[in-house]
Amino acid sequence: MPVVSLKPGYSGPVRDRVENFHGAYLVYVHWEGHLNFCSAITLPLPPTTPFAALADEILPSLYQADPGWSGVDLAAARWTLDGEDWSPDRTLALGEQGVGHKSLIRFWTA
Amino acid sequence: MVARKLSLKQKYGHFTRGLDWEPSYQKQEDIFPFATYEGIKIHDWNAWEDPFKLTMDAYWKFQAEKERKLYAVIDSMAQNNGQLGITDARYLNAVKIFIQGVTPLEYQAHRHFAHLARHLPGAGLRVAAQMQSIDELRHCQTQIHTISHYNKFFDGIHDFTHMHDRLWYLSVPKSFFDDATSAGPFEFLTAISFAFEYVLTNLLFVPFMSGAAYNGDMATVTFGFSAQSDESRHMTLGLEAVRFLLEQDEANVPIVQGWIDKWFWRGYRLLSLVGMMMDYMLPKKVMSWSEAWETYYEEAGGALFADLARYGIREPKYADVAKAEKGHVSHQVWSIFYNYAQAAAVHTWDVDDQHLDWLREKYPETFAQHYEPRYRAWREQAEAGKRFYNDGLPQLCQVCQIPMAFTEVDDPGTISFRVSEHQGEKYHTCSDGCRDIFEHEPEKYVQAWLPVHQIFQGNCGGATLPEVLDWYHINQGADNFDYAGSPEEEQWNAWMEGRRPAAFPAAAAE
Amino acid sequence: MSRPVSITLQNSQDGIAIANAILADNPEAQRKSFPAMTKIDCPGRLSILADSVSERLGREWDPQEIHMSVISLSGSVDEDDGSFTLFWR
Repeated sequence: MPVVSLKPGYSGPVRDRVENFHGAYLVYVHWEGHLNFCSAITLPLPPTTPFAALADEILPSLYQADPGWSGVDLAAARWTLDGEDWSPDRTLALGEQGVGHKSLIRFWTA
Repeated sequence: MVARKLSLKQKYGHFTRGLDWEPSYQKQEDIFPFATYEGIKIHDWNAWEDPFKLTMDAYWKFQAEKERKLYAVIDSMAQNNGQLGITDARYLNAVKIFIQGVTPLEYQAHRHFAHLARHLPGAGLRVAAQMQSIDELRHCQTQIHTISHYNKFFDGIHDFTHMHDRLWYLSVPKSFFDDATSAGPFEFLTAISFAFEYVLTNLLFVPFMSGAAYNGDMATVTFGFSAQSDESRHMTLGLEAVRFLLEQDEANVPIVQGWIDKWFWRGYRLLSLVGMMMDYMLPKKVMSWSEAWETYYEEAGGALFADLARYGIREPKYADVAKAEKGHVSHQVWSIFYNYAQAAAVHTWDVDDQHLDWLREKYPETFAQHYEPRYRAWREQAEAGKRFYNDGLPQLCQVCQIPMAFTEVDDPGTISFRVSEHQGEKYHTCSDGCRDIFEHEPEKYVQAWLPVHQIFQGNCGGATLPEVLDWYHINQGADNFDYAGSPEEEQWNAWMEGRRPAAFPAAAAE
Repeated sequence: MSRPVSITLQNSQDGIAIANAILADNPEAQRKSFPAMTKIDCPGRLSILADSVSERLGREWDPQEIHMSVISLSGSVDEDDGSFTLFWR
């Protein structure tokens, strides 16, 4: 149902179109069970980012602020992507395995 | 023949309807172009009368008197170094939230009530809206005057208008009012006059003003009383305007109900920042957020909606969620501000044992289980010199724009994720309440200026945090980071040391 | 049990006189004290009578002066030259 407006057919600019992010997608990541990180984190990631870079560099740089991160084995983590179970492939880029603009990645570690 | 004085009712009639006229050479719908597009039907505008029957002559007299009294107190507070009388400098962070977040909303309200004063077809409502417009400007001005004294000594206050338009947590109140002012006049009356200034008003007023009273901030108390006397007129306008809409035509009922649902939820989410303030930033606490919600919404609101049931209005949707969450939201919002202290113009700090005791007592079912372990861990990290900061930017709700730290009602360990699709794009929201609002008017919310997304678009001064903080006009190392180690803490300790009598012998060590 | 109306007044000279008048003229009204303010709850209906307040203040008091003392209220408002009333319809 369209928004009730003074002039019919009202619309305005979609402010977060992917074109506005200079080649990156917005990707949200969340380490489940660790609400010392108050919410999911927003990352601008080019779709060509290899999953390995996310797992080996980006997530550690964010989550090592928790002393418990050092014991984490991401290879054994459970993942969902946009609400569906996900088995990420380290060798593939994010854009090659279903990650899109404003995708949400959640992971559970032991 | 003795000149007879007009009764209040007669005078009011002359000053409102008596000054109005039927247009004879222009069409009503051209003079009042906003009056019908929302689908609200009004058959008799003159059926609305201000119960206070306030006319302009009386208005000026009373408001001038309030101003005289208030400015005398502000002057006195400045002359007597009133800032030394507060309980602790941490209290000032409540004042910073207020000047950064609330004062600019008074200005927005001033502008929009001026708009209503022109565009509402009923003379009685136009006069009431005109008075409210001037009231809101007065509130904005008096808040700025009152708090300007604190600006001489404390951080984070110096550029509140600039910050309101840019900072990540201030887009929460800003977008709340932008949503209301871009709506039509009847939605605005329901959103602000009714939902915010009647149903939810005590949840803003009591925490800040009683918080000020309990913590020695007599200037803010005095401002609060001065403003609240205007607020009783605003509350009455809200209640009577909604009744008026509901009584004019049955077709209005479902439209008004939809607005009540939306604005109850938006107001409730906005107030979670106030809940955080009252549970964490007041050295001497008034009551807990949970208690405030019980008193000022569950009890008072219950009576109100029982009264409105005669029109076919029910309690707002998701009121049950707000009730279920009342043991959680303030702690979740404090965690947001603790996570991002490096990027905020208010301080946060580690919670001491006395405060932990109070929180455990006030939140027997949630605090020890879900939040105390986190705070103790944070305190340990800080004591080891590694105070916890979150280096990633948060995911924000598309509607309320708060970082998505709220959890599922039946599972406080799991973030409440909701997502919608609109024209091929995903939009994330924090709750069923915000998701419903998005899906009802997506064309509005796809335009949201979300601070985190704007940073990643490169619109906020640069790609690094220091550049963004500069763009925010945050004085780095003063406005931001933990209260511990801040210039404010150093100053406060020096003042308090200076007040201690020098002649007393030091207590013997054990 | 009738739904309560309520009024919260500043503890100023005028506010105290108004509060005392309310309690004297409305038998079921109950007072609650807070820092710098007084809240009065009353089932169903509460009336502030101008004469009653004037007597306590020692000067002529007009119900419109309520604007100088009120902090908050709950209920529908009816005001005329001699009184200020809160009620639920």
